[in-house]
Amino acid sequence: MDGLKRRIGDAMDSQSQSTVTVLSTLLAVQDELGFLPKEAIEDIAVFNGSTINDVWAVASFYPNFRFEPPCLHQVEVCWGASCHLVGAMPVIEAALEASGLETEGDTPDGRLTLHFNTCLGACAQAPVMAVDHHLIGRVTPDSVRARIAVLQLDANG
Amino acid sequence: MASFEQITEESQRRWEELTAGAQPWIRVGTALCGQAAGCDDVIAAIEAALEQKGVSAQVSRVGCLGLCFAEPLVDVQMPGGPRVFYGNVTVNTAIEIVANHVSGGNPLPHLALGYLADNSATAADDPALAGIPDLNQHPMRVMENRIVLRNSGTIDPGDIHQYIANGGYHALNRALTEMTPEEVLEEVKTSGLRGRGGAAFPTGVKWGFLAGSNAPQKYILCNCEEGDPGAFNDKAILESDPQTLVEGIILSGFATGTSHAYIFVRHGHDGPIDRARAAIIQAQEMGFLGENILGSDFSFHLEVALTGDSYVAGEESALMEAIEGKRAMPRFRPPFPAAVGLFGKPSNINNVKTLAYIPEIVARGGEWFAGIGHDKSTGTVIICLTGDLKYTGMIEVPLGVNLKDVLYQAAGGVPNGKALKFVQTGGPLGGVLGADNIDIVLDFDILRTAGAILGSGGVIAADEDNCVVDLTRALIAFCEYESCGKCFPCRMGMGHLLEVLERICRLEGIPADLDLMRKVGQDMQAGSLCGHGQLGFNPVSSALRYFGDEFDTHILDRKCPTGVCAATRFSPALTRR
Repeated sequence: MDGLKRRIGDAMDSQSQSTVTVLSTLLAVQDELGFLPKEAIEDIAVFNGSTINDVWAVASFYPNFRFEPPCLHQVEVCWGASCHLVGAMPVIEAALEASGLETEGDTPDGRLTLHFNTCLGACAQAPVMAVDHHLIGRVTPDSVRARIAVLQLDANG
Repeated sequence: MASFEQITEESQRRWEELTAGAQPWIRVGTALCGQAAGCDDVIAAIEAALEQKGVSAQVSRVGCLGLCFAEPLVDVQMPGGPRVFYGNVTVNTAIEIVANHVSGGNPLPHLALGYLADNSATAADDPALAGIPDLNQHPMRVMENRIVLRNSGTIDPGDIHQYIANGGYHALNRALTEMTPEEVLEEVKTSGLRGRGGAAFPTGVKWGFLAGSNAPQKYILCNCEEGDPGAFNDKAILESDPQTLVEGIILSGFATGTSHAYIFVRHGHDGPIDRARAAIIQAQEMGFLGENILGSDFSFHLEVALTGDSYVAGEESALMEAIEGKRAMPRFRPPFPAAVGLFGKPSNINNVKTLAYIPEIVARGGEWFAGIGHDKSTGTVIICLTGDLKYTGMIEVPLGVNLKDVLYQAAGGVPNGKALKFVQTGGPLGGVLGADNIDIVLDFDILRTAGAILGSGGVIAADEDNCVVDLTRALIAFCEYESCGKCFPCRMGMGHLLEVLERICRLEGIPADLDLMRKVGQDMQAGSLCGHGQLGFNPVSSALRYFGDEFDTHILDRKCPTGVCAATRFSPALTRR
């Protein structure tokens, strides 16, 4: 068995809760691999006694699932109402400009994934962003540009 | 296994050791608000400074005290002394606090936000506290009556002993040894508690449906999906005092004759998820969960279920679909969940806050709870204050207080000399209230009559520089993105509304657009299965009600009075799907 299949299998088996479902298995595999390879969809269908069709139905419904390997760094910017009112749009524009992206997605060099989040849960510190799942509050367009520049330097170096 | 008396004694001994033992106790706020403000750097600085000074102190990662604007918040308690709070602590001030206060025993009045003492009278005369105000006199705390949040920011959420030492699990012990399930249910009915997830349905009545079912397998589902931007109180409870929720859920199971429960959280909110899981394990180890709890014949099992990113997953029937591992799409009703719920079994869905009230209601009696609040809205309400306010954060106030007082007194009003323009309440489906309409009593029935929704407790304030049309567009963009797609009036209606609002924001709207949106809104309300489509027109209708002129200016005069819409802006919504 190759390494990828083994990691998928281990992730599926690692679920300690008593209620194991297609969704819980998808989350467990993505947690382990950072994405859902095609092989995982097939294995999850077998593991849960479901069908490839039904597993795709669930995986394609929730936007947190991705089907390609993630970039080196994950940048999330919140555009929920609390953040919007205190300047989320200029922050998003700065993030796009600094990363060279036109909208959310991966940079061509595979260094940075930009994602717009609807609420990161720290609304009292708005506007909020997260770098590699680490929350940062009260960001400004300038501080976002600086953070992204550091990620690009660190990645290139 | 140890008896409850033995557990309590051990917990109290440990608490005594922490608060009045040999070494100082330093507590740092580490909820999502604390993390976003940089609490990890502050904790690292404190630990390094302690080591450098050769001082030993207990450093604990606590939850949210509610004063989110002051995060990172550091709380220093010298053995047996009062707690002194330092707000907006930086790495440099953390080092100063360790050197002078923790090591030298001298609090720093120029940095301190306030103190909390068991005895306020003697603390006021304490020379060591000279120049430091009583934190209970802070505007954000004056109006408060903390029931659910009684331990938040005070106890280490990762240590069940600290919860027990502060009265935790006494209600469960009392229920199991002195009360019947019917008596517990009766206390909840007497309390008048109403669901805090938005619908405000009487909790005791809802539990009565489940208790009345003789089915062998029933479920309690605790909803912590909380996708509303601007609301974070459910997650804050899990992060600050998860045991109060766990105890409340166990009591709900006892009262309704149910043996299994789930706490439902969105994947990715690791802080609340980890705290909840750790709390469940500790409760199991103490014998508060599992088979034959505290030696009784009552057995109860609780676990965390995760969902993917989906706002609609917070709707009760979509939530059950997600726990079953499917797409989070609402079900047809009837049958209602109390008859056919999770895995086809009778189920009861309650919000985190609703269940977190239960331990205090059982411990202190339904009459006590019914005595707090206003008319048929008993108890307190937890409000998340965000946006253009001097003090942002989370407060728990008795129902019956005025929203205007909450905004101008507790939250300190709008900063920078600006005027309040509107507030957005009740999440994206709640809508807006104009600044002239906030003189309103927080009471579920009064709010409903006024057409305002308290929802899950998010209150977002906007000053005069904000454009209401722009915010409406942002709210509808959220609703469009989050429509699950099952009902076409919602799926397509949201898209139509967004298209029209984008046009108005580009100053290209036409007079017929307003009636077009009203027509779409009517169809969405009539043809959608769940609240997302039924209430999805609220942001537009409320904005039109209070700010019709501003829409007219955009459409007829082709002008945005605040200039917000004049600047071309990137719209995340336009690029998705």
